[in-house]
Amino acid sequence: MEITVLLFLTSGLFLGWALGANDAANVFGTAVGTRMVRFGTAAAICSIFVVLGAVVSGAGAAHTLGKLGAINALAGSFMAALAAALAVYIMTKAGLPVSTSQAIVGAIIGWNLFSGMPTDPKSLTKILSTWVLCPVLAACFSAIIYKTTVWFIKYAKLHLLRTDAYTRIGLLIAGAFGSYSLGANNIANVMGVFVPANPFTDFNLGTFLTFSAGQQLFLLGAVAIGVGVFTYSKRVMLTVGNDLLPLSPIAAWVAVVSHSIVLFLFASQGLEALLSSHGLPTIPLVPVSSSQAVVGAVLGIALVKGGGGIQWRVLGSIGLGWIVTPIIACGICFVGLYFLQNVFDQKVYQSTAIERLDPAPTTSRMRDHQIDIMKL
Amino acid sequence: MQLGKDVRLFGRTRDLEIQIDQFLDALSESALVFKSAVDVYLEEGCTKEFTDKHEHVDSLESQADDLRRTIEIKLYTQTLIPESRGDVLGLLENLDKIINLIERVLWAFDIEKPQIPTPLNSGYRKLVDMSCEAVEAVVLASRAFFRNIDAVGDHNHKVMYFETEADKASTQLKRDIFETDLRLGHKMHLRGFVEDIDDIADWSEDVADRLAIYVIKRTV
Repeated sequence: MEITVLLFLTSGLFLGWALGANDAANVFGTAVGTRMVRFGTAAAICSIFVVLGAVVSGAGAAHTLGKLGAINALAGSFMAALAAALAVYIMTKAGLPVSTSQAIVGAIIGWNLFSGMPTDPKSLTKILSTWVLCPVLAACFSAIIYKTTVWFIKYAKLHLLRTDAYTRIGLLIAGAFGSYSLGANNIANVMGVFVPANPFTDFNLGTFLTFSAGQQLFLLGAVAIGVGVFTYSKRVMLTVGNDLLPLSPIAAWVAVVSHSIVLFLFASQGLEALLSSHGLPTIPLVPVSSSQAVVGAVLGIALVKGGGGIQWRVLGSIGLGWIVTPIIACGICFVGLYFLQNVFDQKVYQSTAIERLDPAPTTSRMRDHQIDIMKL
Repeated sequence: MQLGKDVRLFGRTRDLEIQIDQFLDALSESALVFKSAVDVYLEEGCTKEFTDKHEHVDSLESQADDLRRTIEIKLYTQTLIPESRGDVLGLLENLDKIINLIERVLWAFDIEKPQIPTPLNSGYRKLVDMSCEAVEAVVLASRAFFRNIDAVGDHNHKVMYFETEADKASTQLKRDIFETDLRLGHKMHLRGFVEDIDDIADWSEDVADRLAIYVIKRTV
């Protein structure tokens, strides 16, 4: 592999690092903040399960992102990921809640605008509607789970200490599930833009096991997320509880479980296959915002408790983030691509009409039929 | 090995649950022994039976002290219930003070041997009864705090009732004391005992008030 390829991948790794630093707090923030789980334990579990989720079920959401705009040159992928990472960085510095999902979608649209590729309206609508659906769904889940949990605790009359012990284990399991879902759903944000221009190749482990190029790419991205978790998420975890509504450990558990279910639903190809095989409407596989899922979940709990104590200003700034993040990322990507193309003389897109539609399978089929692509 | 660690974790939790129950048992038992010790004193004076009961309360007090220390150390070293351990610590220390008050009254009976005129016996009995009922109710409220938080309010309500009754009994008893023909010094001596016994009910009420706040804090 050329050194430039690695260089181009660094922006994705940077984005992965930023995601690990920020979003691990959504999964383990309250658990660590309330000292129910030690940071070391949380970081280890988070990293392992993020990697597992990314490698095992990361492909679904990445596919949708790929359909939105198939960035077909590595330099273009580099710029898209860098623009998203910078947007995340700027928004974090400005103290606004940020979503890597929205940043990367903005960046892809920026690439589409620059390269003159059409933005698939179906995929865009699918993604945009999911962003609204994600917190709403998380709120519904958390409201139901919260009510059930409170009822169960009352009914079971568990000792305070026993409840504490169960909550700890519950937080660890929910955290592991949350990390898996985060990896499965959000790896698309980190590495999705590199999929069409993937520099890796498949290799076989033994006879049956194939470690696909996509999985290698996702593993790399997930490792970057893990590094972000270990190096920078502690600070975020310790402050996360103060931003929204102060949560008890049990409410925190409910929030993490609801968040994780939502992220899992939007990433699970298995579930999609199951639903479609029974003729049921499927859930779109889209990268959603982990932060917004948690906000939705906390809101669900707050509403069930009577709606008191909700920081409406925080909610307002989240709404603002929905609009501002993609625009910033789109702008940075557009300007960045211009510089990359004209100053650094890099090929940021390939403008063949065939590849614009569905590059890899079509071209390979044409080659199989010995059709000369260049003549077309 | 994770499973083994978890099993031990629940084992430790169970041990601690048992120790908290034992602490509350010691408090409840000391109130019951206190009541019968005062009964014996009022009937027979400072007899061997009274001294035995006093010693019993002494041993319960040191047992409760040991348990409280062990529980507190475990809560902090094992970083258990991080959200409520400050409250649990405060609760245990305040409950422990009730046993200390009970012990102090018995020591006063033992050392000062107050001469209580027979007509005042019923007044003392009533005061002791109400104070011990208040202690019983606060023990139940504390147990509920650990196991059934919704029931804390019901028990707290009883604590308030018995504390009010104890106050009424102590006021009446003080009036009765000062209406007798005893010497002023003797009257003041007897009044001191009334106040000490009433303190037990007052302190129980203070613990109940704190419990009410802890419950609000713990509502998930």
